[in-house]
Amino acid sequence: MRIDGKGLIDRRKPISFRFDGQRYDGFAGDTLASALLANDIRLMGRSFKYHRPRGVLTAGSEEPNALVTTGLGPAQEPNVRATTLELYEGLMARSQNRWPSLGFDLMAVNDLAAPFLGAGFYYKTFMWPKAFWEKIYEPVIRNAAGLGALSGEANSDKYEKAFAHCDLLVIGAGPAGLWAAMEGARAGLDVILCDEDTQPGGRLNAETETVGGMAGAEWAASVVAELRAMGNVRIMTRTAVIGAYDGGTYGALERLAPEVAQRPGAARECFWRITAGQAVLAAGAIERPVAFRNNDRPGIMTAGAVRAYLNRWNVTAGRNIAVYGNTDEAHRSVRDLQAAGLHVSALIDARPHATCDLDVPFFAGAEVSNAEGRQALEAVEIRTAKGVEKIRAECLAMSGGWNPNVHLTCHMGGRPVWDRDIAAFVPQPGAVPGLHVAGAARGVFDTAGCLADGRRAARAALEALGRKAAEVDLPEAETARYDIWPVWAVPGKGRAWLDFQNDVTVKDVRQAAVENFRSVEHMKRYTTQGMATDQGKNSNVAALAVLADATGRGIPETGTTTFRPPFVPVSIAALGAGAQGKGFAPQRFTTSHDASVARGAPMIEAGLWYRPSYFPQAGETHWRQSCDREVQMVRRAVGVSDVSTLGKIDIQGPDAGAFLDMVYTGMFSTLKEGRVRYGLMLREDGYVMDDGTTARMGADHYVMTTTTAAAGQVMRHLDFVHQCLCPQMDVRFISVTEQWAQFAVAGPKARDLLTELLGADQVDLPFMGCGAVRIDEIDARLFRISFSGEAGYEIAVPARYGAALFERLCEMAEARDGGPYGMEALNVLRIEKGFITHAEIHGRVTAKDIGMGGMVSAKKDCVGKPMAARPGLSEDLREELVGLRPLGEIKELPAGAHLFDEGAEAMAENDQGYVTSSCYSPSCESVLALGFLKNGRARHGERVRLVDHLRGVDTICEVQDPVQFDADGGRMRD
Amino acid sequence: MRITCPLCGARDRREFYYSGAAVALDRPAPEAGAEVWDDYLHNRDNPAGVTRDMWYHELGCGSWVVVTRNTVSHEVIGTALARDEKGRGA
Repeated sequence: MRIDGKGLIDRRKPISFRFDGQRYDGFAGDTLASALLANDIRLMGRSFKYHRPRGVLTAGSEEPNALVTTGLGPAQEPNVRATTLELYEGLMARSQNRWPSLGFDLMAVNDLAAPFLGAGFYYKTFMWPKAFWEKIYEPVIRNAAGLGALSGEANSDKYEKAFAHCDLLVIGAGPAGLWAAMEGARAGLDVILCDEDTQPGGRLNAETETVGGMAGAEWAASVVAELRAMGNVRIMTRTAVIGAYDGGTYGALERLAPEVAQRPGAARECFWRITAGQAVLAAGAIERPVAFRNNDRPGIMTAGAVRAYLNRWNVTAGRNIAVYGNTDEAHRSVRDLQAAGLHVSALIDARPHATCDLDVPFFAGAEVSNAEGRQALEAVEIRTAKGVEKIRAECLAMSGGWNPNVHLTCHMGGRPVWDRDIAAFVPQPGAVPGLHVAGAARGVFDTAGCLADGRRAARAALEALGRKAAEVDLPEAETARYDIWPVWAVPGKGRAWLDFQNDVTVKDVRQAAVENFRSVEHMKRYTTQGMATDQGKNSNVAALAVLADATGRGIPETGTTTFRPPFVPVSIAALGAGAQGKGFAPQRFTTSHDASVARGAPMIEAGLWYRPSYFPQAGETHWRQSCDREVQMVRRAVGVSDVSTLGKIDIQGPDAGAFLDMVYTGMFSTLKEGRVRYGLMLREDGYVMDDGTTARMGADHYVMTTTTAAAGQVMRHLDFVHQCLCPQMDVRFISVTEQWAQFAVAGPKARDLLTELLGADQVDLPFMGCGAVRIDEIDARLFRISFSGEAGYEIAVPARYGAALFERLCEMAEARDGGPYGMEALNVLRIEKGFITHAEIHGRVTAKDIGMGGMVSAKKDCVGKPMAARPGLSEDLREELVGLRPLGEIKELPAGAHLFDEGAEAMAENDQGYVTSSCYSPSCESVLALGFLKNGRARHGERVRLVDHLRGVDTICEVQDPVQFDADGGRMRD
Repeated sequence: MRITCPLCGARDRREFYYSGAAVALDRPAPEAGAEVWDDYLHNRDNPAGVTRDMWYHELGCGSWVVVTRNTVSHEVIGTALARDEKGRGA
């Protein structure tokens, strides 16, 4: 029900919304929870296990009951807390975990079966038959229990991630946080002030206190205005800091305001990583409920929430309100309610010594022992020394005291400390380096104390930063003594709820203790107390107090469960913002990309690069047709292929040759200028890391190529060898992969083509020669190297000319019955020639395994050479690179298949090797494969059995030399 | 976690590639023998406490950095360029 008052809602801006299909009205500034209460809706959800009717318990992000689903289809979002959901025009929210409706839920029958559904029920009941668990029990349980559901469709909303840096991060904008930010800002620090609420102010927005001579909320607004005007403070509302991490890094989730999030293309949430020199945690405290029989009836709320709804949103859950508490907070609630003209039917103060100066039926040393009404509270039962009395109430404001929000101080292994005076856990000092805790988060519960504590924390941060504090006068504020009489669970029959969200009762925790789940961590897992979206924010301390009592230990000995990030739920979509679909990894495009796509080439991923698979021509309906044609085109005429994705590293300096001698097995310091050499690179453990060609462009200038796959690894390795092993060498290198576009021109007509392009003089290079050339006015490089086995060249131009050169090369090739070829043909060409890729040099092969043992120079040391000489790596019985051709009926030699002796059983013990690459070779008119076979080089001509259990292939093939086409290499040289 | 690159300043650890113990700086002579090489390549301490390891500022300047840090508290105690550590005969 809405009442008169001057809260923080804007009555000039009515907003209509729907809840379970019904239309209601609220105001700007309302949350869904306050707007529902304004419309006399107290029943907002059904509980997890028993489907008990539930209403809103709190007014903050800790809400366990009032969870709703918003949006439809891909935008459906479950478990949204009605207490933090800002009302906006057209909002459609639905209640959860009920069928057919919130008011009439068939599954509420679970509540009648409650005696059988206690702690550990699933574990004890659904033991057998074993097969039933997965097929019957689990699906039924999942259907009956639970909260909201996802749509199953890909999320269509946009999320963002962002990074921020500051000198001082202040977490929480209540009095302590606002004042800490003020002290930091006045001292000249770069300050970020985060608060999860829509408005800074914290409890000041919910109370009727005065600060600095004005209403608390007004004072907060004036401080915010002052901070904003200073220019060195960034105020982030709707931003919950969810975790503390190493090195002053904090994670934060920003929910954008509905009017912002609804703009086209706008994100709905942003995940921040904030790096702060120092931080102040002023996250406040959460009020705890008291466990008594039926304390979960809709209308029973924490006292602080009742005041927040009253003072901030001008709503109440009933006209007759009872107040139950164990501190002076209860009295404050009565004062506020009476001032608003509401009827307080009773003030029940658990403290036997309490006195009362208010005009209200007062019960000291009393307790609430039961609540009546099923879908909404009707009356409460009060037990005093004199007996039991029933009092009419549609709303009960209860308070069991406050728990400081210590969460972030525990994210790096800190354990909170029990403070007897306030009957609560407080942060362990220094638990997170650079994080100073202030205000209610440290157990300081009055406003004047919070302001002073905010100052103290800010000044500690300033000192750590080596900055001087500014002189700022503290505003006047109310002081109060926090006098608490701990009450956790009211004794008596029936079920008293501790954890509303997971339906865990006092009895469940006691049951866990009886069954010897005495550790708080075991109790949690056995009863499910403290799980799900609220992570036990309302219930953890009370639950462990009950456990402590049941096990005869004190609360500090019992201890808490581990607090882990995130403080509030964070959607995976926000954490992984930007990484959906194409955002998953960066995309790298070659200069010929557009031309390849225009020619209809399907592009395939090669690491982060995209390369053309093949270039289909009219009439070709299968990739193999295109691939076979392209292979024959290269073998008979000329083909053009973009090889820019290969890593290119420019190496210069007087010691460039000596440096290459160290990283390659072969000798490069003796390579003549204008010549190219094939190089093999080893890891220090003796296995092959990568291969490629390196050209000597000048006396002190080499250009290395790496494989596409290992370009980054090789760059890192070169930096390691130079900086960590040979820092004395005078050499410098840099990756120029993206600076040069490079194209292979291969085939019998390659020379003719390049002669037209460059003139006969420039093309006149020996096999494995290189040199600078000019195309028109452009400086280019020409290498006579071949990865196809044909007479071939690679021509490199600065990347900005790549697109133009590719088009020109294609046209010139097409004029010679040639054209572009893709990755499929490139792969066939190299398999025919026995050239290796990372399919072969997969990290477990040595130079000798691939037939290149002779390339390890005896004249010098190099990385990997000492270990390559180990007996295990140099013995004869290792698996060696071979070629394979099918002999039997089955013409498949799939990569991944294993090799066995003919007649041997196909089992691991008999394994002789495996296939690494396979293709159909139009040149040899046969399927060909490369693979590794034990002692393979000595077995050319033998028959071996090939088995692929996965694809069901079992055939016989012949072992061959890996080079199965043009064995003497004559085609490349002439 | 933040690592201070001696050249670039304090950076998020995501900019760095981690490779392992700073033992990697002490490459043995080729003829040092199997045991010495085995230690260099494979045998590592796993301290609960201070450790020195190699980080490569891959998304930055390309420096190999020796980071001294505490595996228990995650405190980064100090950083130095590998080439400088090498010069000191580390």
